[in-house]
Amino acid sequence: MIRELNGILALAYRDVTKLLRDRPRMVSTLVFPFVFIAILGGSFQASFGSEMGFNLLTFTFTGVYAQTLFSSAAQGIVSLIEDRENDFSQEIFISPISRYSIVFGKIFGEAMVALFQGVAMILFAFILRIPVTPLQLGGLLFVGTIASLFGAAFGMLIMPNLPNQRAATQIFPFLIFPQFFLAGVFNPLRNLPWYLDVLSRISPMRYPVDLTRNIFYANSEEYAQVVLDTPLMNITVMAAMFAVFMVVGTWSFVRNERNR
Amino acid sequence: MTKAIEVTELVKRYKSADTNAVDNISFEVEAGQLFALLGPNGAGKTTTISILNTTLAPTGGVAKIAGYNVNTQSSEVRQNIGVIFQNPSLDMNLTAEENVRFHAILYGLYGFRPTYRMMPKAYRNKVEQLASILGIEKDIFKPIKTFSGGMKRKLEILRSLLHEPRVLILDEPSVGLDPLSRRNLWEYIQQVREDSGTTVLLTTHYLDEAEGADTLCVINQGKIVSYGSTQKIKAELVEEYLLLDAADRNALRMELTSKSIPFTEEGQIRVNAQPEDIHDLLRSIETPLTSVETHLPTLEDAYLAITGEVTV
Repeated sequence: MIRELNGILALAYRDVTKLLRDRPRMVSTLVFPFVFIAILGGSFQASFGSEMGFNLLTFTFTGVYAQTLFSSAAQGIVSLIEDRENDFSQEIFISPISRYSIVFGKIFGEAMVALFQGVAMILFAFILRIPVTPLQLGGLLFVGTIASLFGAAFGMLIMPNLPNQRAATQIFPFLIFPQFFLAGVFNPLRNLPWYLDVLSRISPMRYPVDLTRNIFYANSEEYAQVVLDTPLMNITVMAAMFAVFMVVGTWSFVRNERNR
Repeated sequence: MTKAIEVTELVKRYKSADTNAVDNISFEVEAGQLFALLGPNGAGKTTTISILNTTLAPTGGVAKIAGYNVNTQSSEVRQNIGVIFQNPSLDMNLTAEENVRFHAILYGLYGFRPTYRMMPKAYRNKVEQLASILGIEKDIFKPIKTFSGGMKRKLEILRSLLHEPRVLILDEPSVGLDPLSRRNLWEYIQQVREDSGTTVLLTTHYLDEAEGADTLCVINQGKIVSYGSTQKIKAELVEEYLLLDAADRNALRMELTSKSIPFTEEGQIRVNAQPEDIHDLLRSIETPLTSVETHLPTLEDAYLAITGEVTV
């Protein structure tokens, strides 16, 4: 048990170390959210802010914050495919720690990497003069942890079914980008036709985004305008999806690795 | 005593394949032996190795390492093996020390610590010792990508021996290495065997590497086609013979016939003879010879004959 725990920590630490040494990746992971928040959020606010009745820059920040953590962690799990192609994963798979510890270590590591981005995004918020109180800061870190772990679990569901890095590069964006709009990352979800409403409700990203807004906008005037569901509803759906993603994903991963 | 490796009627058919990649093979390896799996590309060597190192499930049969079943006791098997893969399995983003530390933690040798300085003294002593063996005292904290191919291979072997495995599995370890690096690598593997008595299972298509094995197993198209010591395989599969010629070839033919010495003609006159009989045979021939050539088989001859690439 101790060995498994040490293995999980070592795997997670490796992911964080890799991020800190990979400067192009560091820059791209920080610039992308900044572009979304500053340019997209800023232009939305300038164009439609007065009509909406709430600040679209802040709205975009909360959406992009949860989306980035979710997507980054999911993308990180998919990087196991890269490890497999670079033959490094062989070193992990012949070690005596269990396949489940490998999965947990990877999820924990990628969640830490995503949270690192989350902290940087909160700093952007200060630069962009988005008001964040100490209570909201604590809330963002808490919900960021949930969004990262949930995103990693989503990645775990997808990853075993992607045969190689090329397929991952081609297919993964199709699974992530539609969720930007179905989750309401930049766009308030109002009066959706029934089929888009169904798609929105089955989009995993919707729930961490909405939970972030629930916490960030708690006790504010805009609360009713920006949130979709209650925090309890968000947490319940995420817990159920997390359990399904983890069980199905880990089972597929372990089975696929050996039964070729 | 438990065999180091026992493979019984092992079969592997990949999901999309029509034929077995490994087709009902059985072999045993005694503790301390150097055992070589030899065969052309696609023979089933790497598939066999992948089943033995637990990364691939067999379709049928049983394989055991140190008495543990690779299919049902995979964690125990992994604790007892060290594996060097065809392609380096080092993490290029980490330093040599971090690669070693990562391995040590995964194998439960030490608890997780985020930095080298925080690791126990015993670990740091071990790393210093490894760095000294490799001659990389100054580079042990540098990223792996700055190392040469030979150095990476050596580091992998050192790393794989950290947890003192009973069986070291080497899957074509010298592919891509220059001749000097290959020789250094083999000297080091021999030294490891002498020092620790580790059983070594090797796959290769370099015949000179297989020549030094205690036991050789030649596989082709998933089946074992020859199995035993290198001498046995050579003796079984390749004939030893003399090629003779004389200015008066007709006289030589008549003399061999009169003395009941069987021969065939393939350009020159070919007479089958064991090495210990050559001297007597030549003394018995009175016709003046213009050419005498002995043919003693090499492992390469045997290998080509076995795999059907050449008829000897």
